[in-house]
Amino acid sequence: MPGSPDIGTSRRDVFLAGAACAAAPGAAGAHAQNAAAAEAPSMTGVAFTVNGTPRNLVLDTRTTLLDALREHLHLTGSKKGCDHGQCGACTVMVGGRRINACLSLAVMHEGDTITTIEGLGTPGDLHPMQSAFISHDGYQCGYCTPGQICSSVAMLEEIKAGIPSHVSGDLNRVALSEAEIRERMSGNICRCGAYSNIVEAIVEVAGRQA
Amino acid sequence: MRFDSPAGQNPIDQMKVVGRPHDRIDGPGKTTGTAPYAYERHDVVANQAYGHILGAGIAKGRIRSMDLRAARAASGVIAILTHENAGRLDKGRMNVARLLGGPEVEHYHQAIALVVAESFEQARAASQLIRVEYDRAAGQFDLHAARRAGVPPAQEDKRVGDFDRGFAEAAVRLDETYATPDESHAMMEPHATIAAWQGDRLTVWLSNQMIAWTAGDLAKTLRIPKENVRLISPFIGGGFGAKLFLRADTLLAVLGARLAGRPVKVALQRPLIANNTTHRAATIQRIRLGATRDGRLTAIGHESWSGNLEGGDPEDAVQQTTLLYAAAHRLTGTRLARLDLPEGNAMRAPGETPGLMALEIAMDEMAEKLGLDPVQFRILNDTQTDPGNAQRRFSQRQLVECLRVGAERFGWNRRQARPGQQRDGRWMVGMGMSVGFRNNLLMKSAARVRLDGRGVVTIESDMTDIGTGSYTIMAQTAAEMMGVGMDRVTVRLGDSSLPVSAGSGGQWGANNATAGVYAACVKLREAVARRAGLDPAEAVFADGMVRAGNTSRPLAELAGAEGLVGEDAIEYGDIAERVQQSTFAGHFVEVGVDMATAETRVRRMLAVCAAGRILNPKSARSQVIGAMTMGVGGALMEELAVDTRHGFFVNHDLAGYEVPVHADIPHQDVVFLDEVDPTSSPMKAKGVGELGLCGVGAAVANAIYNATGVRVRDYPITLDKLLARMPEVA
Repeated sequence: MPGSPDIGTSRRDVFLAGAACAAAPGAAGAHAQNAAAAEAPSMTGVAFTVNGTPRNLVLDTRTTLLDALREHLHLTGSKKGCDHGQCGACTVMVGGRRINACLSLAVMHEGDTITTIEGLGTPGDLHPMQSAFISHDGYQCGYCTPGQICSSVAMLEEIKAGIPSHVSGDLNRVALSEAEIRERMSGNICRCGAYSNIVEAIVEVAGRQA
Repeated sequence: MRFDSPAGQNPIDQMKVVGRPHDRIDGPGKTTGTAPYAYERHDVVANQAYGHILGAGIAKGRIRSMDLRAARAASGVIAILTHENAGRLDKGRMNVARLLGGPEVEHYHQAIALVVAESFEQARAASQLIRVEYDRAAGQFDLHAARRAGVPPAQEDKRVGDFDRGFAEAAVRLDETYATPDESHAMMEPHATIAAWQGDRLTVWLSNQMIAWTAGDLAKTLRIPKENVRLISPFIGGGFGAKLFLRADTLLAVLGARLAGRPVKVALQRPLIANNTTHRAATIQRIRLGATRDGRLTAIGHESWSGNLEGGDPEDAVQQTTLLYAAAHRLTGTRLARLDLPEGNAMRAPGETPGLMALEIAMDEMAEKLGLDPVQFRILNDTQTDPGNAQRRFSQRQLVECLRVGAERFGWNRRQARPGQQRDGRWMVGMGMSVGFRNNLLMKSAARVRLDGRGVVTIESDMTDIGTGSYTIMAQTAAEMMGVGMDRVTVRLGDSSLPVSAGSGGQWGANNATAGVYAACVKLREAVARRAGLDPAEAVFADGMVRAGNTSRPLAELAGAEGLVGEDAIEYGDIAERVQQSTFAGHFVEVGVDMATAETRVRRMLAVCAAGRILNPKSARSQVIGAMTMGVGGALMEELAVDTRHGFFVNHDLAGYEVPVHADIPHQDVVFLDEVDPTSSPMKAKGVGELGLCGVGAAVANAIYNATGVRVRDYPITLDKLLARMPEVA
């Protein structure tokens, strides 16, 4: 699977970060009840690359990747719709794979390569998927849009890599279809209901790539 | 500009720019993540602190005590706002419950505290350290129980003819009861605010549909002059009615900022939204239809029960029934139960959405009783006048054409009248249809239009774009009026310091806001012509020039360094009372229902709409397909589950409250019939954003019945309601 060499590193970081995360609020809570004294948050340095730029941050270990991007790096293209991994508005790519940035702590991403919507294109130099969303009107309010676009770019790579989905007829031969796109994009909710147009935008880009 | 008689020929009729499909001008911003939403304004004010809201843990009662000591002492905490230190507050005109609760609690998750801290993580953690003790009071949370106990009419019933006799004497009768659940707007962007005080003046960046309403209610709540409040809301991540009003995120951010002495930002946490804000209220609807044997309706009765907090309104599920079908004897009425659930209020097409979900199943059932095709039955009962006042005509009513075109395009003649007859592998396949109906509302709307020395036209208005395409259609209007290209027009919206528009709601935004731009452009055209020494009545605006007779001058040159400005509002007389302005649709749906699991999948959808001039067919089509998608949600999955013991909506996040996802929605088709409505405004346009939702739920329900022969009258039509009654199949 693409990016699999990184998985070992990431998983180790999960355990480390998880331990730190579990310790901090517990200690603060106990303290508060006993002495009502403030305890400084547990801070950790983390370095990763965002849209080609190396970034070094010192963060409260409870900070999600999404809040690191939005509140610390001011990359607000990635949206917070639910903060619970339910809506997909925060979708970014880490090592080329799409993830919900709200479900991932920033300190888990030491050394990672992160791409956000701002890294795909700019108003003056749009990524083909951004252009296709505009020409197919694949959005309305725009709030789920960066997540839909990041998700769709990574999703097409997953199909190319032969990763099957729930609707794949043959697990060994995955082919692009509208059903595959709809299934794989179902983690990105669009309450304005632009799905029909979004699928057409993705099909157009996939056709150009093929 | 006063509009009280039908529009004649005007520059919009050129349709060089208006009426053409145009990509959204805000598209590059939205698709690159550079369009700034409320919570993201790092650029506007320094030193922003973070607020986190605590919602009440009971539905009704009083706060006995709040222990803030641990929270106050927690790391990073700057201030904690509660009712005890909020100062004296009034309540907004549009609010039912108070936005900051305590000591009295009026509904579950009513905001009772805001923790302000240096970071989001610190504010969130500290809010969990607040210890609240309550005296819980008994409440009424069950609409069905309230109805059984007896509920008085919300207003006097509307009667035409003699319904009781007409119904009793009808040859064919239907008397059924339907239920629609509480629903949540579930827009993608949570309500969010950044608030900053400069002395006694307040600036608020927020996500709001109705800037002037909300600015007024914020000032009223704070007991300060409205002039001291400025609201800025250029991008709104969906609203659907949830952001019509001042809500807790804004009020608490403002009060928190005052307490903390620095700017505060607050986003309503997703799990609070369903219970903290408003929702579409559940209804129980009794529908009685009487008809002659040849299918002419003689009696229509529609009563709807809903609940709300004290001071709240009923869900008006019967309003379309007063206008939709002919029948001599009519009864419509709403009954309002006092419930202690969160406030019920407008959600996309309030009234018509649940009303048509019920009425249009009833019409399907009645067609079957009469042995008539459902499309023919509706055509047979069309009316071109207000059934309550035969002198009052519809301005335009192409309902029959919507149905005929829809039936033709959808292949309706392939539908089997007898249910349960069509199979496609494991899928039982059926088709259903319904009528869509929603009134067109006229609202005063103002705009200012500037022309500068580069020939650039700038529109300024407090209008909002909630995904509806306001930016683009307002630009198209100015481009048409001033004879310039779309690349010469810029649009500034969503700022309370700009002229007051109709705002976004009730599908009134597009027609009224563009008519406001039209009015302002008429003023600007006069100013340009005067400066050119031309007769404004003779002046033609095209290609960036104004000309009359042999004179032709570039707009840029006439504007000069100081520029020219036109400002005006569209204001309406009684035209909407003299003729009935409504929008119409035929909705057609094909579903497959799994013969073993009763899972429903929507296979095809078509809407044919007649809604006046379509200003931008591209964004209007998106409004309609989006509404159709919400209609599928209402038919198949959306329901706020009520805990009738503790009085709250249980599934209060986007995992528990299910809305349609990509996999639920097929390709959708939309047809707009050619129509101009000169009575609506100089734009001759009407709304479509809600029309697209009206009736869709019933079309899905009717398709499920056609597929399976199982009639479900209790939305959403989940598989558990079908399974036990599914037919035996070979």
